[in-house]
Amino acid sequence: MTDAIDWISRSGAKPKGRRPDFLGNTNEERMLSMLMALVAEVSVVRERLDTVERLLEAKGTISRADIEGYAPDLETGKERNRIIREYLARIMRPLQHELEATANPEPTIDEVVDELTH
Amino acid sequence: MSANDVPPPYTAVTRHDLFPEVKHDEAARFNFLANLNRYLAGDLGAGNKLAYEKRVLPAFRAEHGREPADRHEVRAAMNQDTWHRFWSAMKRNSMEMRQQNGRAAVLRQLDELDARARALNAGANTLQLDPSVQVPRYQTAVDIHCMPGSYYGEEREGDVSAGANYDSGLFATTGGALGALNDGGGQAVAAWSKSARPGWKPTRILDIGCTIGHNAVPLAQAYPDAEVVAIDVAAPALRYGHARAQSLGVKNIIFRQADAEDLSEFADASFDWVQTTMFLHELSASSLPRIIQEASRVLKPGGLMLHIEQPEYTDAMPLFEQFMRDWDAYNNNEPFWSAMHGLDMADVMASAGLPRDSQFTVGVKAVVDETIFPPAPSGDQEDYGRAAIWNAYGAWKPEGAAA
Ligand SMILES: C[S@@+](CC[C@H](N)C(=O)[O-])C[C@H]1O[C@@H](n2cnc3c(N)ncnc32)[C@H](O)[C@@H]1O
Repeated sequence: MTDAIDWISRSGAKPKGRRPDFLGNTNEERMLSMLMALVAEVSVVRERLDTVERLLEAKGTISRADIEGYAPDLETGKERNRIIREYLARIMRPLQHELEATANPEPTIDEVVDELTH
Repeated sequence: MSANDVPPPYTAVTRHDLFPEVKHDEAARFNFLANLNRYLAGDLGAGNKLAYEKRVLPAFRAEHGREPADRHEVRAAMNQDTWHRFWSAMKRNSMEMRQQNGRAAVLRQLDELDARARALNAGANTLQLDPSVQVPRYQTAVDIHCMPGSYYGEEREGDVSAGANYDSGLFATTGGALGALNDGGGQAVAAWSKSARPGWKPTRILDIGCTIGHNAVPLAQAYPDAEVVAIDVAAPALRYGHARAQSLGVKNIIFRQADAEDLSEFADASFDWVQTTMFLHELSASSLPRIIQEASRVLKPGGLMLHIEQPEYTDAMPLFEQFMRDWDAYNNNEPFWSAMHGLDMADVMASAGLPRDSQFTVGVKAVVDETIFPPAPSGDQEDYGRAAIWNAYGAWKPEGAAA
């Protein structure tokens, strides 16, 4: 460990250069950034659990050093990345639906109700 | 794209002696980010084009009664669109998260990393630092690609933090497309030169803006009898790069702190090959031609000048694609990116004494171990600005040309 500098606070240093205004609303900007960090951390916990399961399956008992030193073979690593992709697809569902709706514009449900009623 | 098309795990990268030790959760965070970047570029990237075609372009036509004239008009219009804004905010966050994760891994073990670099660098006359070299304004105006401290910043005097962070995180932004040592570009250049000029034996090669030398090492290995001079203004990157090369057993590279705008320490016609890789877009309108001029001066007649960059914007490239390729300029602190890709490199090189009939361009794709590192998605799935597919702008300096 490096003691001379506060590596936790320095890790998150702000890069020089004014940040663009993406969302037009400061609170939404804050919430999205925090949400994305949280989404990443859930993925990290999920992967750690996967590591524990695999190690337990293979060895019956494990140490924390086993977890830190774990390096999946290529196929296992890709299997874990497929889990992340699937996880992302669940998180991103609202955006993906919007994308599909943009590709194929649809009538509102009121319009469909009208059509089928009259 | 198939459901199985995912990047390799972070742990597939080669951990040379100087590579930061990466904990389980840090690797998992990089895995997440590599997948997130792919998801944003691939699965969701299509939404930008749809937003443009279905909403933004029709609204533009209705308002102005004409087509957008250039990529800047496309950008101004797209920046009104909530989909694109949200997508951009997510992408920016992914860049910021990558930096925090890489820096956390590096800074917590900075004592060990600095000690290892010092041991590998000790007594070598191939690391030549010069504290009098000033970092130019185009490097200090903003932290390039949101990398806190940029290439030249130090967390404490004499450290390697910037180099180590750069090396450890390239995987996340490229999804492994640069290969196990992030050197797929350099390997591609070496393979190209071997096939373009079989039997050629360059004796002195200048790599300008080498950063951690990851793309200079494959050239040094391809031409073991050559002396490679790799220059950069950033001392922390050079310290790390030199130690990295030593740890890989590559000794024929001099890592030297120097500003490419003034190569007066090198004689006219003193290099067989002058190389830049993903360098020119981080300069400025006034320095770029000066650097090409200097590079041409130190090049021997018959020698090779080669610049690897993303494709330049030509009239043939749709404005929407130009706009997407410009994303990093405005959202990821690459302030010269847009202007550089709008330059006609052929003109710039011709003005520097490399006439058009001596020039060529060639497409270059990262050379990686494809059993582990699949090629990066291209076409509609391409992560513009990050894909490991480049254009090389080159020239063979005419024999008998004045220096
Ligand atoms: C994008 S990086 C280049 C990456 C590297 N060549 C590669 O193969 O991936 C740009 C580098 O150029 C350096 N640089 C910028 N301006 C320079 C100058 N005038 N002279 C020398 N180096 C410079 C920066 O410090 C930084 O390390």
